[in-house]
This record gives sequence, C-alpha cells and structure tokens, in this order.
Amino acid sequence: MSVELDVFVGNTTIMDKEVYQLWLNGYTVNDAVKVRIEGGVMEECEASAEVLLSDTMDQYRTFQMCERLLHHPAKLANQLLFQIPPDRQAMLIERYYAFDDSFVREVLGKKLSKGTKKDLDDVSIKTGIMLKSCRRQFDNFKRVFKVVEELKGPLVENIRQHFLLPDPLARDYAAIVFFANNRFETGKKKLQYLTFQDFAFCAGQLINNWTVGAVDNMMEDMDVDLDKEFLQDLKDLKILITDKDLLDQHKSLVCTALRGKTNVFNEMEANFKNLSRGLVNIAAKLINAKDVRDFFIDLVEKFIEPCRSDKLTSIDVNLYLTHYTNSAHILDTFKHHTVWTRYMGVIKSCILRMYHD
Amino acid sequence: MPGKLKAKIVAGRHLPVMDRASDLTDAFVEVKFGNTTFKTDVYPKSLNPQWNSEWFKFEVDDEDLQDEPLQITVLDHDTYSANDSIGKVYIDIDPLLCSEAATVISGWLPIYDTIHGIRGEINVLVKVDLFNDLNRFRQSSCGVKFFCTTSVPRCYRAVLVHGFVEELVVNEDPEYQWIDRIRTPRASNEARQRLIFLMSGELQRKIGLKVLEMGGNAVVGYLQCFDLEGESGLVVRAIGTACTLEKISTFPATATHPSNSSPSKDMKDSPQAAPSTLGCRSTHSSPVHSASSRLSQGFSVSVPTLLFAGMKPRHRSSEAPRARQCRPGFGEEAPGVPLSSGPPTPLRAQTFSSFSPSKSYSRQSSSSDTELSLTPKTVGIFQCPSTPALDSESSPLPSVHLPCHLRPVMSSRSTTPPLLHISQSDTAMLRKSVSFSEELMLAASGMGSGGSVGKEAGPLKALLRQQTQSALEQREYPFFTLTAFPPGFLLHVGGVVSARSVKLLDRIHNPALGNTRSYKLLDWNSFAADEPETRDAWWEEIRQEIKSHAKALGCHAVVGYSESTSICEEVCILSASGTAAILSSRFMQDGPPDTEHRLSRQPLCVFSTGSERVEGDMGSSASLGFEEVVSPGCGFCHIPYDELNIPFPAQLTYCYCCRRYKVPDVLFTTIDLPNEANVTGKGCLIQARLCRTKKKAQGEGNATAISSLLPFLEYELHTQLMNKLKLRSMNALFGLRIQISVGETMLLGIASATGVYLTALPSPGGIQIAGKTPSDITYEQHISTMQKKINDTIAKNKELHDINPPEVVEEIIGSPIPEPRQRSRLFRSHSESSDEVSELDLSHGKKDAFVLEIDDTDAVEDIHALLTDSPTPAGFYSCNTEIMPGIQNWTSAIQMFTSVRVFRLNANLTNQGLNKIFSDLCENLLKSLYFKLRSMVPCCLCHLNFTVAIPEDELIQVAVTAVAMSFDKEQPLENGKQSGEKTLIKAVTENDEQLQFNLELNAETSSSNPRSSPKGLSEVGSHLSARASSLEKASPLPEGRSRSLRSDRSYSGSSVAVVKMTPLSFIPGAKIIKYLGIINMFFIRETSSLREEGGVSGFLHTFIAEVFAMVRAHVAALGGNAVVSYSMKECVFMENPNKNQAQCLINVSGDAVIFVRESELDSTLVQTQSATTHPSNGGEGT
Repeated sequence: MSVELDVFVGNTTIMDKEVYQLWLNGYTVNDAVKVRIEGGVMEECEASAEVLLSDTMDQYRTFQMCERLLHHPAKLANQLLFQIPPDRQAMLIERYYAFDDSFVREVLGKKLSKGTKKDLDDVSIKTGIMLKSCRRQFDNFKRVFKVVEELKGPLVENIRQHFLLPDPLARDYAAIVFFANNRFETGKKKLQYLTFQDFAFCAGQLINNWTVGAVDNMMEDMDVDLDKEFLQDLKDLKILITDKDLLDQHKSLVCTALRGKTNVFNEMEANFKNLSRGLVNIAAKLINAKDVRDFFIDLVEKFIEPCRSDKLTSIDVNLYLTHYTNSAHILDTFKHHTVWTRYMGVIKSCILRMYHD
Repeated sequence: MPGKLKAKIVAGRHLPVMDRASDLTDAFVEVKFGNTTFKTDVYPKSLNPQWNSEWFKFEVDDEDLQDEPLQITVLDHDTYSANDSIGKVYIDIDPLLCSEAATVISGWLPIYDTIHGIRGEINVLVKVDLFNDLNRFRQSSCGVKFFCTTSVPRCYRAVLVHGFVEELVVNEDPEYQWIDRIRTPRASNEARQRLIFLMSGELQRKIGLKVLEMGGNAVVGYLQCFDLEGESGLVVRAIGTACTLEKISTFPATATHPSNSSPSKDMKDSPQAAPSTLGCRSTHSSPVHSASSRLSQGFSVSVPTLLFAGMKPRHRSSEAPRARQCRPGFGEEAPGVPLSSGPPTPLRAQTFSSFSPSKSYSRQSSSSDTELSLTPKTVGIFQCPSTPALDSESSPLPSVHLPCHLRPVMSSRSTTPPLLHISQSDTAMLRKSVSFSEELMLAASGMGSGGSVGKEAGPLKALLRQQTQSALEQREYPFFTLTAFPPGFLLHVGGVVSARSVKLLDRIHNPALGNTRSYKLLDWNSFAADEPETRDAWWEEIRQEIKSHAKALGCHAVVGYSESTSICEEVCILSASGTAAILSSRFMQDGPPDTEHRLSRQPLCVFSTGSERVEGDMGSSASLGFEEVVSPGCGFCHIPYDELNIPFPAQLTYCYCCRRYKVPDVLFTTIDLPNEANVTGKGCLIQARLCRTKKKAQGEGNATAISSLLPFLEYELHTQLMNKLKLRSMNALFGLRIQISVGETMLLGIASATGVYLTALPSPGGIQIAGKTPSDITYEQHISTMQKKINDTIAKNKELHDINPPEVVEEIIGSPIPEPRQRSRLFRSHSESSDEVSELDLSHGKKDAFVLEIDDTDAVEDIHALLTDSPTPAGFYSCNTEIMPGIQNWTSAIQMFTSVRVFRLNANLTNQGLNKIFSDLCENLLKSLYFKLRSMVPCCLCHLNFTVAIPEDELIQVAVTAVAMSFDKEQPLENGKQSGEKTLIKAVTENDEQLQFNLELNAETSSSNPRSSPKGLSEVGSHLSARASSLEKASPLPEGRSRSLRSDRSYSGSSVAVVKMTPLSFIPGAKIIKYLGIINMFFIRETSSLREEGGVSGFLHTFIAEVFAMVRAHVAALGGNAVVSYSMKECVFMENPNKNQAQCLINVSGDAVIFVRESELDSTLVQTQSATTHPSNGGEGT
C-alpha cells in the first residue's frame, strides 16, 4: 500500500515561507519534514507526519516548477501557469536571490566560472552551508553577472529592473558583480577580518565614483568597469610624493592642522611620508589590472596596518584623512584637484569602513 | 444563416526554442475554422514574434459557429523539412454568439501541446458579426445562454422555468481507430481533443434548439459529461434546465453600463443587433406568462375542493404521466380548473392538518439490525413491503411502482441471457437477483413502527401539489438540474430518488430504426458508430424509473437532478439521482414573480396575528403562496406524501417550527440547503465510504456480479450515512451525492453530503449499542465502553457544530406553539393513533435512540469506523454544499483547489481491510487539505466534491475540488439562536440577496484584510489596462500596467489579470455584474518521459496547473475576472511506469463572469467606464 500520486494545485499557488526557506537552504524533503516536526507545526495544526510529508513534497514540487521562472524574475509576473499575488512574487524572488554572507565572502572577487563552481563543495564544508544552496547562490551570482555585464546604464538600477530585487539586495548584487568583474582579491589572510558588507560598501563607493557612469551619467559605457581615463590621470598624483618640496609642504600643512587635535599627533607626524607614499602609490598603480585586484590588500598593508600599529582610533584616521585630503588643495604647485578629490573621497570612506577589528 | 468570424493574430511571447542552432524560432500561425485555413507570415528568429496580422475573415453558417472551435496552430517554419508544430489554441466561439455575453475575445492565450504542455502564449483578437436568423427551421440556436450554475444566475431573474432538456451525441473514439496505430500520439490526442470540442458544440447547439422550442432563452444547471466507452465509442451527453431569464436591472448604472461599454463592445455589429436577436424570444414568452398567472390563481382557489373530492386527484396523478408530452400545454390544464371548484369551507381546517405537503424521506429509527434506512433510491424497496397493506386503500401507489418491478423481470425474460439491463435499479436488483432480499425487506418493514403508520388507512392527499402536478406531469421528465431555487419555488421535499442500471457496452450494435433525431455525422467519422438512440433508450429507462420513484413519494418533480456513469472495460453503470419535490407553479406558468410574491407576503401577516383567521382569508390568495410563507424556514420539510399512505416506514412528528404539519425524522436531499431554512448550529461534511471486492469476470458474468453487489453497496452506504448523521446529532443531509465506481476486482462507493440540524425536524436520538450475548460480562463492559465513547463523541460534536438542544427553543417560545398544535390535534384526532401522540412528546427523548447491534465482527468494524472519522481541526468547517449553514460573514479571501491522490493497494485484501484503507485515504486527504489551508483559518471548505475512480487493478484514485473561504469570526450572526428571530432575519434576506453581502462588507472592512478593498478595483483596472495595451500595442510587455500595481515596488511585468475560480455560484463580497458565457474545456496531456517530468505527481501537478492557467486565460480573454460554478468533470489518469509513459484527460467547466467588489461598486462604476472607453477606442483603431 502506498501513495502513488499526490498533488494539490490551488488557483492561487500556495507557498509556505518556512518550507521555501528549507528548500532554498538545500534540505531534502525528509530533512525538511524533520525540521518542521521539530518546529512544532504538527501540534499547532493537529497534523500528522504523513500530512507533513505530503505537504512538503508538494511544496518542493511547486518550487521546482517555479525555479525556472525565478531565473528570469520578470517572467514570473508575466507567466500564466501560477497565479501568485504580487507580494508573494516579491517574496519568492527576494528569498531566491538572498545569499549567505559567509558564502559570498568565499567567492567574492573570484571568477564566476565552472572552475569556481567545482570548488563549491569545499566552500560548503567550510561554511556549513549545504552544497545545493551554495550552487543556487553561485548560479544566481553568475546569472546576474551575465545579464548585467553587457548592459549600459547604472549597475544597481539594471539589476533591480532585471531581477526585480529590492534596493539593498540589488546593491549587494552590484557589489558582487563589480568584484567579480574586477577580480578584486578578498581572500588573503589579511583581509579575512572584513565582512561582505564592508566590501559591498567599498564597491558602492567605487561604482559611484570611479566608473565611467559615475561622471558621465550613464552615457556610453557601463558601470562594471573602472573609468580608464581616471586611472590614467591618477598617475599624475605621483607628484605628491616624487616632488620633495611638495611632500614637505603637504606634511607641514597637515601637521599644522592636526596639532593639538589628537593625542597620537607624534605618530602621525612620524608616519606622514610613509602613509602618503602608500596612498599615492596605490593611485598611481591602479592603471594596471593586476594592481586593481590588490587594491584592498594594498589599502590594508600600506595604510590600515601602519595606523593600527600606531594605535590610531578611527576618529584619528578620519581626522588625518580629512586634513590630508584638504591640505593638498592648498599646495601651490598641485594642479590635479578634481582627480585628487575623486580619488581621496573614495579612499577615505573605504578606509574608514575598513578600519575596524 | 451566415455569420462572419474575424480573427487577428497579434503577437506571441515566451515561445520555446525550436531551432537549436540559433536558440530561436521562426514562428508563423495557421488559423483554421471549418475547412478554411489562413496563415500569417513567418516572423523570423524570435521568441516573441509580432505578427500583427490582417483580419482573417471566415464567412460561415451559425450552425458551424456553434459546433466548431476556432483552431489556432503555431508552427516553426523550416525551409528544408516539414514545419514543426509548437502548439495549438482552441477557442470556443460560443460566448460571442450571445449578445448578452462577451463581445470580443482578446488576450494572451497559452499555446498548448498535448506532449509538451504550455509552450508560450499568443495574443489574438476574435470577433463575430452575426446576422439575424429568423428562419424557423434553422438548426442553430445562437443566443441561448448556458450556465453551469445550478441556481438562477446572480444577475438574472427567472421568469419561467421550462424544465428538463437533454441530448447526447455519439462518435467513434479516435484513440481506437485503426489509423491510431500509425499515427503519432500527438496526432491522436489532437484528433480527440478536436472531436470532443466539436461534439460539445453540437450538443450545446441541439440543446439550445430544444430550449428555443420550449420558449426559453437559457439553460441553467448545464451538466455535460463524456463517456469514454473505449472500443465502442465516445458519448457526449448533457442535461440542463431550460429557463426564461430576465436580466435584473436594479443596478442600471453598474449592471448595464459596464456591459454595454465593456472593452470592445463596439466590435459587435451595432447595438441594435443585440436586442433584435433576442426580440423574438422575449415577445414569445410574454403572452405565456400572463396566461399562466391567471391559471395559477384559478388553481389556488380550487384547493379545498380537491380535498373534498378525495381520491380524484390521485387518479389524475397516476394517469397523467402516461399521456406524456414534451411540452407543457397550458391549454390542457384549463379543464383542471373547473374540476376543482366549489369550496366547502368547513373542510379547510382539515386541509391544514392533513395535507401538509412536505416531502421528506424519513427513516425508521428504532428498527432492528436490518435497518433499511435507505433513501429515495431505496424508496422502491420500502414501497414493496408496504404495498400489500396498502393495496386495498390506495390504488395509485401500486400502480406507480408496479412498473419498477415488472420491468426488470420482463427485460430479463426477453433477453434470454440475462445480461443487458440486468439491474434497472437496486429495487429491481433486490427483487430479481438477490432472492433473500425480499424477506429482508419484509422483515424490516414489519419491524418498523412506521409500518403501522402506513397501515392506517384514510386516503387524504396533499392537494396543493395537484395544480402544479398537472402542469408538470405532462412533461416527459419533470426534472430540474437546479439545486437552489428562487424563493417560493420549492415547496416540499420528499427525499432522494435514484436509479442505477448496469449495461454491457459491447452489445450496442443493434441499429435502432426509428431515427427521429437529426443526427449529423461528424466530418471525419466514416461510418456510423453507435446509434444515439441506444444510449437515449438507456437513459430514458432510468429517467422513467426516477420519475416513478418520485411519484411514490407523492412528488411530481425531481430537483437537484444529475446523471453519471462509471465504465470499466465493457461494463457501464448508469446512475441518476435527484430529490423528489413539489414545486410551486409560479415559475412554470406564472408570469411576474413579483406580483405573486406580493400576494404571498400578505398571508404572512395574517398568520402571525391569528391563525384562525387564515381560513377565512385563504380562499382569495394562492394557498401555495400561503403555505410557503407561513413557514419559509420549515415548509420544505413538510412531508409531501400522504402520512397515512407513507410509501415507506417513517416516523412522523409535527414540525418543530410551525407545529402544524408533519415532518419526517430524517431528511435526505441532493439539493443545496434552501436559503430560508431554519437551521440549528452549523453543518458538516458527512461521508460514507465503501469498498467491496468482486471476482474478476467477463462480459455478462461481470455485469451480473456487479448488479448483484450494487444494492448491498448502496444499503451499506446509507447505513453509514445514517450512523454518521446520528453521531453528529443532525437530522438532514443536503447535497447528497453517491458515486459508485467500478473496477475489475472491486467496487467503490462514496457518498458525500452536508449534514445539518434542521430546526423543523425532531432532534435525533442518540446511538445505542446493544449486544446479542448479554451473558458475557466482559462483553457487556466492552459494549458499555463503546457506548460511552459514542456518547462522548456525540456530545463533542454537538459542541463543535453549535447544536443547541432545540428543547430550549420550545420552552422559550412557549405559548404560541401549543395552540395550533392542540388545534390541529383536535381536528385530526379521529385519524390519529395514540401512538403518534406519544411520539410527538418523546421525539427528543431517549426512546427513539438509534440502536446498533454488534453481534458480529462486521458491526464492530462499522462502529469503529464511525469513531475513526477525525473531527475537523479547530477553525475549520467543511461541507459539500454551496455554503455552510450557520456561517454568513464571509470575507473575500477564497482559494479554489484541486487535489488528486492515487493509492496502490496490496493484493488480496479483505473487504474490511479495503474499507479501512479507502476510508483512511479520504480522511488523510481531508487532513492534508486542512493543513495546507491553515493560513485561512477560520475558514470553511465549501463544495467539497470527491470523485473516486479505479484507474486500474489495485489502484484507487480520489480527486477533490473545492473552495476554501475565510469568514470573520467577530460577528457571529448565528448568535440569534431563536428560530423565530432568525426567521425574521431570513425572511428579509431571502428577497434581497444583497443584504448578505452588505453584512459581509462590514465584516470585510472591519477586518484588517489588506487585500480586500484595493483589490477588486485594481484587478479590474489592471485587467482593463492590460487589455488596452494589448489592443493598442500588443507588445509582449505591455506598458502602463504599473499604475495598477498594488505594491510599492515596481514589478515591471505584472500584466496578468487575476482570475478567481470557485465551484460556487457566487463570489463572497462581490457582485457578479455580467455572465460572459460557459467555459467547457477538454485537454489531453501525454508524456513519454515521465521520470524526467517529476514522476506521476510532477506530471499531473503540471497538467492541472496548466489547465487552471488555460481556463484563467480564456476567461480573461473574454473580459472576465472570475469563473464561478467551476468543476472538474473528468480526470482520467493512466500511467505505464515501465515505459516511462503517462496520459491524462481533464474536462473542466464553469461560467466566466465579471464581478465587482461590493465595496467598490459605486466608485468602480466611474472608473470602469472611463477605463473602458480607452480600450474601445484602441479596438477601433486596430
């Protein structure tokens, strides 16, 4: 005796959020039933394990049927097969495209290729996220990447429109796409202390300020690549460290402004040339793709670590960077104000974001 | 006569990739109607082609318009090889042929392929210009409206109810043609789909013709079914109730305007065309009413006379049916009037007490173990035993039922090998093939106390019904497929009547000669398949039997009538069932119901002031009217048969509401609970399930075996129903539907009904368990524990369903009641036995406790089975009728669903084992439903419709379609427990259906249902805007929809209009403003990659979802936003897992409607109009 066939189809497709989450998390039907039993639905609704199994299987089947539509969320609203209220559709999409920070941290900046996908079982073991869920998340990244890669216009907006994602999630995806496209190194040990949200914030800064779209209001190019012209111009900043006079002048201006305002003044003064060289060198090298990849590690090595060893607080760093940036404008011989502002604005907010334990 | 069909192919979207190399498709479209085909250009390399074709015009006969579907095929162009078919769309043109329905079909329709399912969508525009056909000999019946709804559709008023219409057409099944061996599965499936479309169209046209002939303009309760008879062919048959409907124009603004200005009204020829089409029909009917209203007046005066005349009416009743006439000839009734004139006033009082016309099936409660408590269908059984006693007194009764036993005998004699009509009915069966059954019956009747009642002579007949009877009896079949009636139409209910017959399918080749029907051979049908007459004859037999059963119950009509079949190999069981009833003549000959209504209202006051005076006033007003109104809440329960000539043993008591008329102790019916009925507490779903093994056999042997099993099956189903009813402390069943399904090695029976406590009927006694071996102490203990369990369950159930002991009512109301009671007793004393008096007093006491004897394991099983029915979880109610008695404040949240389960059995199970499994299967299914729908609590599953089948050996398939409706707990309207109070409320509500919604409206607004208010509007809005854009631009992603979005977020693509589906005839919280036509769709889906599609469950899940999607899309294309009275008639699933194959056939139907939320009725009016002007402009532009 066995149930051969068991289906339930509602005119409005019934989807249980809890089961959906279990499905997204990669649970098998049986495991999901166990979790549900532990969750106490049975007592609540006077149901039996059998009923729960039947319901779970049915829901899983529905999700599988929907999955193909979720790959192109715009289709979900246009299709006729499932009648799903808009708020439900939004929920389905949002949860389907949601990801685990610990997972994304592992693949952030990696090439979204088959090779990386093969390594997902390691990621799964490391993060404790089920392989199935890892694959879904990875495929989502890849899908979004592929669609957005060639599109013109603002990245976040493109993602939001094509995948109908809520704003914060669209921004996160923009960050992921941006990182994957520029292959930023994020896996080094020194960067381990940074969370995905740190990187996402930085990505947002870079996208908003350093890409073509940032200045050109979505004209020709797109948002995924850094503005080549700007990177070229950054080389001009080298004058700040190569010109001895300028460097000294800059230092004295900053020190004058800082004196008395912080109790780590001495350390700052001592380290000024070192730090300035670090930041300007990063700028000058960004024209090379390889150095772009190392952007974050450079920031940590060349600036954050020295500051940290001098026990600067983030307030100190903020103060220092503010004056460091502003003072450059007062320098007589320094002409590259626009580039400097564009560069330092991003650097400052990134460093401040990254300056934590 | 001619009509011009025009079709335009606008665009496609989401097409499948047909060219692997480019990942694109070169699609074009073929549009075919009849033998004419048009093609669009090829739209190269796109999955979202924009054909934007010219208008393809087909000039055709309206006959063809009715029969043929418009067939749209989407193909992929291939330069070198044959073009590949992507899929097809069949469009039923019928809704466009009726001026009051849809005017244009426009929208995205799924492209369907029988192998791949839905493959993208196509945007089409279809219009019809119909010229008026005034030819009297025409074969078409354009303009007749069809409704699946089994009550008068919400925005119409019934002017006349003409009666039963039926038709069937037969053809060869393409699946069994020789060519099928060389044809692809796709070609076979498509041939079948197309054929069924054609046959349905033809059937509908023919029924329409009959309706026109009767003078009607609509068919209500249209029920169409297929019999897949395998080798012997395909039968499509339909029944319905012909009516003359009139659109209610109470909301001139909303009702007419939207319809007139609906999206593309302008597409219709001209506004004048519509009225003129109808013109002839409406004028036709008007003289009829005026004449008939006069008639009925005459009749009502005559009532007392009839009483005086004694037996006269009865003779008439027995003779009338013999002179059968298809149509009610009003002229012929005239003679009846003089006959019954001359009113001896003194007798009138007696009329009241004795002829109280109530029909109800009643059962004998204190009978022994052989309790033959069967319902109507078994009416035959009861009758037989009682006949001897009655013979001398009542000649009519025997004559009525004589045919039913004679016929079987004769038939068995004539067809020497006793095969063909082995059982005409269970009655026949019992008599003929089960030799001991007769003793059984006699024993039962002897034991029943009701028997004694029956013996009391005194032939007083219910007279009222005579008048309508005469009208009805001149019809061949006084049947009505309606289950709910306009107020005042249904007077009394007698009980369920049913008949079954077992037939052998391979014996039908005898060509019937007298071919009276014009039978058009379908185009590809090379040689004559079965003669439709054979099938007609089968059904005729059954209908005759039903009719005679009804007559035996003293009823002249059958309501809630339905027919069904179950086929296994070459054996076919035909079943028909309905509820014997007495109807008011008002809607049959009478014109304006309003006047009648007014008339009938007056007596109400008279009655309430003083019942004595009634007598004086009565002569002038229709006694019928009087009676209905006297007791709107209980009148239908009063027995229609003569209490002294009860056709079966029954316990009668005085009505607990009015105390005037007799009522049975239990009432079974197939109809919905009348709106005005007084009910105590809430109802619940009651289901009897039974499984019986059967030896494998062939042909005649098989048929014999089945027919000998049938009566037992039915008997046990009834026993179960009765036990379960008692267990829930209820006394009536509504919506009873018994389905018997036949398989190779077993028979399945499932009986579902909604149990309620009718205030008018006596309180059911408890269930008492008795053992036969009292000596054993442990046995005694066992019995007492069991008794305790049962008593506990009964108590729990009472609480669960809010059944308050009716004694309370009696005490409170106190004074007014005894008076009429005493009076009536006074009048009646001469004919009343002391027995009856005591019954009256004790009716709610322990005395009439229901006794179950457990003298064998069977009975123990039964009792266990009784107790295993698990109660519904908190917050859930369930019923199989339209709505749950006792719940009124529905919210707008509804969820229609279909659930299917197939269960594999182990071989060699005993009957008990099988029963348990089957019962568990159904219970578990219900539990799953409750669990699934838990978010809707408090909610009620309404119209739970179970269908069982035995797809192959050892497989049981159960399919359920129902709707879950939330209700608001906060305002328990049913708190007014006093029936008097309730009656008042109901009396008001009854007339004004809106009230129900008004109440609901309040509930809705007060409850924080976020969807309720903005939704209806935006639904309409979004739909219209989607439509507008599709008309204008036909871009696959229409713009402008965003304005109708409900959420803050931008859903760039939500262009799909929401379409609600419900098996009920209404949508809570909303008003149906327009019926757009009938939806009747048949699909086949087949796969040869079952595993890849997710196994059987995945396959069927997808298919059902696809069927829903197609129904919704077609409704939306008609301009509708809901389907009401939706049902899945057929779900035939076959699998062959070894070959990785499966096939499924689904047939669904319903009525496409436009509804508007009550809350937005006013505001939408403006919006709808402004919105509609927009698309119609667009329509003109294209």
